Amino acid sequence: MRGMREPDLDLQAPVGDEVKQTTCYMCACRCGINVHLREGRIRYIEGNPAHPVNRGVLCAKGSAGIMQHYSPARLDKPLLRVGERGEGKFREIEWDEALALAATWLRETRERDPDRLAFFTGRDQSQALTGWWAQQYGTINYAAHGGFCSVNMAAGGLYTLGGSFWEFGEPDWEHAKYLMLWGVAEDHDSNPIKLGLGHLKGRGAKVVAVNPVRSGYGAIADEWIGIRPGTDGLFAFALAHELLKADRIDLDYLVRYTNAHWLVVQNPGGADDGLFARDADGHAWCWDRDANAVAPATATGISPAVVGERVLPDGRRAVPAFQLMAQRYLDPQYAPDAVAERCGVPTDTIRRIARELAAAAFDAPVVIEQPWTDTHGVRHERMVGRPVAFHAMRGISAHSNGFHTCRALHLLQLLLGAVDTPGSFRYQPPFPRPIPPANRPGRTRLANGALDAPPLGFIHGPEDLLVDADGQPRRLDHAYSWRYPLAVHGMLHTVIRNAWAADPKPVDLLFLFMANMSWNSAMNTGETMRWLTDKNADGEYRIPKIIYSDAYSSEMVAYADLVLPDTTYLERFDAISLLDRPISDADRAADAIRHPVLDPGTQREGRDVRGFQSVLIDLGARIGLPALVDEDGSPRYTDYADYLVNHERAPGVGLLAGWRGDGTLHGKGPPNPAQLDRYRENGGFWTAEVPASARYFKMANRDYLQWSQGMGFIAKAEPVVLQLYSETLQKFRLAAQGHGPVQPPDAERGRVAAYFDPLPIWYEPFEGAQLEQTRFPLSAVTQRPPFMYHAWGSQNAWLRQITARNFLYLHPDTAARHGLADDDWVHVDSHHGRITVQCRLAGNVQPDTVWTWNAIGKRRGAWKLSADAPESAKGFLLNHLISDVLPRNDYANADPVTGQAAWFDLRVAIRRAEAGEVSLPQFAPLETRAASNEPLRYGADFRSARTARRGEGKP
Amino acid sequence: MHPAFSVIFFTTLSGLGYGIWIWTSVMLLSIRSADSAAMHLALMFAAAVPVVAGLLSSTLHLGQPLRSWRAFSQWRTSWLSREGLLAVACFLPWLAIASTAVFGADSLGFLEPWLLALLALGSLATVYCTAMIYASLKPIPAWQHRVVAPAYFGFALLTGGLACMAATYRTDSPAELRVLLLLLLAVALAVAKRRYWRDIDRGDLPVARDSALGLAPGRVATVFERPHTEANYLTTEMGFVLARRHSLKLRRIALALFAGVPVLACVLALMLPGLGTAAFAVAAACALLGAIVERWLFFAEARHLVTLYY
Amino acid sequence: MTTLPPPSKKKLGLVIDLDTCVGCHACAVSCKEWNAGGVAGPLTDENAYGKDPFGVWFNRVHSYEVAATPTQPATTLHFPRSCLHCETPACVTVCPTGASYKRAEDGIVLVDEDKCIGCKLCSWACPYGAREYSAVEGVMKKCTLCVDRVYNESIPEESRQPACVQACPTKARHFGDLGDPDSKVSQLVAERGGVPLMPELGYAPVNRYLPQRPRRAGDTAAQAPAAPVEKLDTTQLNPLLRWLDRALSR
Ligand SMILES: Nc1nc2c(c(=O)[nH]1)N[C@H]1C(S)=C(S)[C@@H](COP(=O)(O)OP(=O)(O)OC[C@H]3O[C@@H](n4cnc5c(=O)[nH]c(N)nc54)[C@H](O)[C@@H]3O)O[C@H]1N2
Ligand SMILES: Nc1nc2c(c(=O)[nH]1)N[C@H]1C(S)=C(S)[C@@H](COP(=O)(O)OP(=O)(O)OC[C@H]3O[C@@H](n4cnc5c(=O)[nH]c(N)nc54)[C@H](O)[C@@H]3O)O[C@H]1N2
Ligand code: SF4
Ligand code: SF4
Ligand code: SF4
Ligand code: SF4
Ligand code: SF4
Ligand SMILES: [Mo]
Repeated sequence: MRGMREPDLDLQAPVGDEVKQTTCYMCACRCGINVHLREGRIRYIEGNPAHPVNRGVLCAKGSAGIMQHYSPARLDKPLLRVGERGEGKFREIEWDEALALAATWLRETRERDPDRLAFFTGRDQSQALTGWWAQQYGTINYAAHGGFCSVNMAAGGLYTLGGSFWEFGEPDWEHAKYLMLWGVAEDHDSNPIKLGLGHLKGRGAKVVAVNPVRSGYGAIADEWIGIRPGTDGLFAFALAHELLKADRIDLDYLVRYTNAHWLVVQNPGGADDGLFARDADGHAWCWDRDANAVAPATATGISPAVVGERVLPDGRRAVPAFQLMAQRYLDPQYAPDAVAERCGVPTDTIRRIARELAAAAFDAPVVIEQPWTDTHGVRHERMVGRPVAFHAMRGISAHSNGFHTCRALHLLQLLLGAVDTPGSFRYQPPFPRPIPPANRPGRTRLANGALDAPPLGFIHGPEDLLVDADGQPRRLDHAYSWRYPLAVHGMLHTVIRNAWAADPKPVDLLFLFMANMSWNSAMNTGETMRWLTDKNADGEYRIPKIIYSDAYSSEMVAYADLVLPDTTYLERFDAISLLDRPISDADRAADAIRHPVLDPGTQREGRDVRGFQSVLIDLGARIGLPALVDEDGSPRYTDYADYLVNHERAPGVGLLAGWRGDGTLHGKGPPNPAQLDRYRENGGFWTAEVPASARYFKMANRDYLQWSQGMGFIAKAEPVVLQLYSETLQKFRLAAQGHGPVQPPDAERGRVAAYFDPLPIWYEPFEGAQLEQTRFPLSAVTQRPPFMYHAWGSQNAWLRQITARNFLYLHPDTAARHGLADDDWVHVDSHHGRITVQCRLAGNVQPDTVWTWNAIGKRRGAWKLSADAPESAKGFLLNHLISDVLPRNDYANADPVTGQAAWFDLRVAIRRAEAGEVSLPQFAPLETRAASNEPLRYGADFRSARTARRGEGKP
Repeated sequence: MHPAFSVIFFTTLSGLGYGIWIWTSVMLLSIRSADSAAMHLALMFAAAVPVVAGLLSSTLHLGQPLRSWRAFSQWRTSWLSREGLLAVACFLPWLAIASTAVFGADSLGFLEPWLLALLALGSLATVYCTAMIYASLKPIPAWQHRVVAPAYFGFALLTGGLACMAATYRTDSPAELRVLLLLLLAVALAVAKRRYWRDIDRGDLPVARDSALGLAPGRVATVFERPHTEANYLTTEMGFVLARRHSLKLRRIALALFAGVPVLACVLALMLPGLGTAAFAVAAACALLGAIVERWLFFAEARHLVTLYY
Repeated sequence: MTTLPPPSKKKLGLVIDLDTCVGCHACAVSCKEWNAGGVAGPLTDENAYGKDPFGVWFNRVHSYEVAATPTQPATTLHFPRSCLHCETPACVTVCPTGASYKRAEDGIVLVDEDKCIGCKLCSWACPYGAREYSAVEGVMKKCTLCVDRVYNESIPEESRQPACVQACPTKARHFGDLGDPDSKVSQLVAERGGVPLMPELGYAPVNRYLPQRPRRAGDTAAQAPAAPVEKLDTTQLNPLLRWLDRALSR
């Protein structure tokens, strides 16, 4: 007998009354989302199943977008500082006043010297606009955050493969049988990697995670290699050593697609030593065994030699690049047993991994029955690939030896013939691009005050550096100087110190966008705060003016003189442009937009915010920047949406590639006034499939290169020769050795000569090398939590419940050595400072490494959290321990080639501390009012509305 | 388990009340002396106070006390529902008996013994249901111990009995048998609880983490990260941990209060009947306090299987 | 009604693949997001921006270290935990009000919040920690198996899945009828040896967990095609010479 009826549930309630399709920006992965709205409130955000990036899935952050959008920490009005810098005391002002003030500061600065503006942006994806704007303004002092992020990956890849890991390439998820993940926690491709891993594991492929910590992806890997931080290069060399020794390498691939057979001049002490032997037209030579003579290296129908010293027609001696490479890595110093100890990877494991790599690559190649034609017009009946894929990120790049380690990984891939073949690493359009990419950084100003090119670009040789007559840095961040020649993303991590120190020159105005530079994105946070607030003898701030745009009440807001409040990602237009950081995958080019799903004016009482991009365009027009005003001086673009549609970078090339011209043109075509509508109709994104015959061997695939050229990605459909041996690097070394018209100052010669080796090298990361190992015996690193994005997550009511504070994780053996147990307090000391925090024990870490989640610690008073919030009471940053300069105090704590910030070089010692109440250091609380402590009952009104509707008998 | 005071007061106070009802019903069924009957009757009326207080206290524990009437519906499966129903049902004979205060001692006629028996049995059954609410919960292995239900009876009878003695003790008829009974009860309860404590101290959970996580039997898992760094409903409600040190001390206090003092009181009353009333009054108060401490421990020391996940 | 209905043929539930779960919490947050505004909402958060944030979640993701065995290395295990929609759940039968019930049609275990008195007993009766009490709302809450999604015809058919399944980036979560031996989920369970949790308690959970696949560290070498013979003749003066005569063409 059944006593009661089951309640009558409303199972057919429509999700919302409206759905808007846009692009997530809870992180830089840029997934497609369907935002369901009910009565103007967000009811549900789900992944867009049709979107190429996430195919319907959504990460924790994406789902928590609701709480980000409604965050109490949102800024609502422009703010003008009234207290001292760093106190967080502001007066709300109207936009007219804010814009007029900003325009005045910008105009005055530009009149004095455009370089006195330092314009640096953070985790944005607007570099296509901001870089161009800086060019119009005429300052060389512009960059985004890439320099402290992962420029080693970008540069290592672009200077070797013409493409890179990061989010610009991907493993062949469909065909790979062996995947090695090197130092990857989340990457920017969060959802695609997770989708891919799920798929790959389902196919039975083997996944190997090389990482000092076994969490996240390492947890599901078939094998975890708990390497010592900073030693991946050695490990890679040992693998190369084994492969070379066993002759398990793909020589055919090497001579077809790389410069392995190119002849390298052997003329020690000469100006041409180490350069490729070239004919009068500059075409490189190789040695044709058939003709027993030199031949153009790119010729077909020849039989190139890969070893053997040859005499060139002019009598110079030369050897193929391959020989130099093989000689180097066959050296016993790179044998597994020679590196095992340092890497913390047993000799047998190294040998076995080498064997497994070779077996996966060579014993069971992937064959796709798809004919294709190479750039010589030779037709191949099928695509044969090496199903070994690598993916690597900041575990490799955030070290001072990261550029070379990244090159080492690419070298391994090339030896295995595993770049853009079926089953291997694959390029995502618009890559590959010529090596190095053609555009050089802007260096001189035109008559109208604009730079001759955007401030960021690629260095082809010493002549491209931005140095003064004495060889000293011209840029504020010292990028493109002899100290960090290939700093192709700039060096945001040096900006504040150098602005304070007026090194090389003073700046008047520091203009920052979306970078929490006084906290989690700074090294040496304590000093950074001081530099931002330091005054001259006359009582004026040493950094005279600071404008900052943020959307939330972050730690950095407190240090601005003028705060321009940005919208949330659901209230503005954005472009995820192919000119910037595209969302393509290996099979399709893609771009996307964000568009206002909600009107900021209706989101909170008194809320009056504007999309930063529109503000930037407005400011540019106010100060009359060349391409921002028409001939009559009137603004050329009304706002960012107008810019997106109408701006042309080159004829037919705009920020968005889809539906150009009359709406039928893709890639290139004249502006289409209805373009944004087309995007909205198509779910906010555009894709163009790579033709089937063009999907692999993109570096030498005629169909691909022609397609790429047609899309406007590359200027000419020429093959991209992969650079096993980097002549570009050798040019710097030669300059350092006293050759050529542009040479480093004497003080830099040794360093340039040492680190511009044309073949990958390994050296002890600087911090460790300059310190006594016994004093700081442990490495300390951070990892991205998958459910938080840097600083932004902690204001999020839902995400902060997952991790409201962090712990220092250490291996139980390490803990035992130090007499530590769970929840004990420890002093963590580096050469630079001390933090005192709570620890936890977990065996899933390399025993000489300690780690914590990144950016959980918050400054008291920031983000509208209560004063006793765990984020500030117990949470902490490693950043307080990370010096921005090396122990010897001579260079930035950075890679000597690219200037990449070496966050993970950190060495520490730990010691038990007295039980404490709060983590240390603590800083003066910021003056903001904490959010209300009323229970948050999100969804309660949906429920009552639903009940009411049902009561009235409505659906 | 989180020791919620509302539940502790509910079970101990209502236990006291039902204990009194049981004792007084039995007494009224067996005694013939009019004064003594009046005393017991008065006590029976008064015992409604702890019963009602206990029941009210239990509703304090509820999120929606105004809906508590709904709890009467699921007696087929729910011990809590049964307990609620019986608790209310006990008031029927009680009311009827209470009506004699208005309508005269004989107004119930031949029904009286039946009503008294009903009240006694109803009270016993209610206490049993209360015990079974806990004893039926598989996820809390400690509560599945075989002494749980007997101990609930024991506490009801002991606290109720001592209260009865304190109220009705007469130097001229010292009721040695009842005193002896109470003495034995106190000792038995002490023995039972000591066994319970010994067993739960020894008792590992009957299920291990490997099974909770679906791992192959015997694989050892340790917590790397909790789902949420701060507390949640499960960790506060089920994850309550009591330091062993405190628990030992509290057990001793409870034992002294619910067994030691009553035994002394009984002995004292047997030897010095003149001190009987006072001794039993003190003993009743101590036993109740002891029951409260015991009940607090009953919750605080019980480990819920969900802690396997934490 | 807390009397259990006769066993239904249809047994809707989840299958969670512990071999691909990376512990990203996507399922937990999407669950929170959907259900906050759904039939079981709100999932109230206390101290949302303060000390001791304390909210209602239907799905929580744990992480463990699993010790090595003689044949398997230690692993890190991520483990999402939500209601298992047991076949004989005491959480239902202990409920005094009839607020807890198991649907006769498909076996989904739900709370009717209009009847719930917030006595918390059901949460004590659940060994899996799948019930969440909200002091602010005064009622018990739990995983609804997204009953307001899975039958909702206003949602496109392919999305008629629980929010957590829809969101999971590694596709470690599967939803379906475990009562039907031919369903995809049942087949997956059969193939991968899916297990119930704590079966010895007799709750007969419907959800299944797919165990981590054996890790393949050392032993792949044995399976790999014959390990290559060492080709380098180290006694040779110049080991590079072996590539001298290599006939390559381009
Ligand atoms: N110890 C350690 N430190 C690190 C790293 C590490 O691995 N370890 N990683 C480094 C790396 S790679 C990076 S990229 C940096 C990242 O660090 P940051 O670039 O500083 O990233 P966040 O702090 O998350 O975000 C910067 C600011 O953007 C604001 N913001 C968010 N959304 C919007 C918006 O829509 N508009 C505007 N205008 N502002 C918005 C946020 O409120 C925040 O103040 O951290 C670096 N710091
Ligand atoms: N959820 C989430 N996603 C993010 C971000 C976020 O904040 N949250 N941030 C985004 C940003 S700005 C970036 S730059 C990317 C970064 O993406 P990742 O590079 O994936 O992120 P990190 O956390 O820096 O990861 C570094 C990994 O390298 C390991 N590691 C450290 N040192 C070494 C080493 O020497 N060798 C090896 N092999 N491993 C090492 C660390 O343990 C860690 O697992 O993530 C992006 N995606
Ligand atoms: S990975 Fe997550 S946060 Fe990042 S864009 Fe995608 S859904 Fe949004
Ligand atoms: S979303 Fe999927 S991968 Fe992430 S924690 Fe949940 S089950 Fe695991
Ligand atoms: S998991 Fe818990 S709440 Fe869910 S049905 Fe089973 S016993 Fe009930
Ligand atoms: S809390 Fe609600 S659902 Fe749970 S047992 Fe009590 S009345 Fe039933
Ligand atoms: S089925 Fe629905 S309610 Fe249950 S855990 Fe998944 S998302 Fe949450
Ligand atoms: Mo980054």
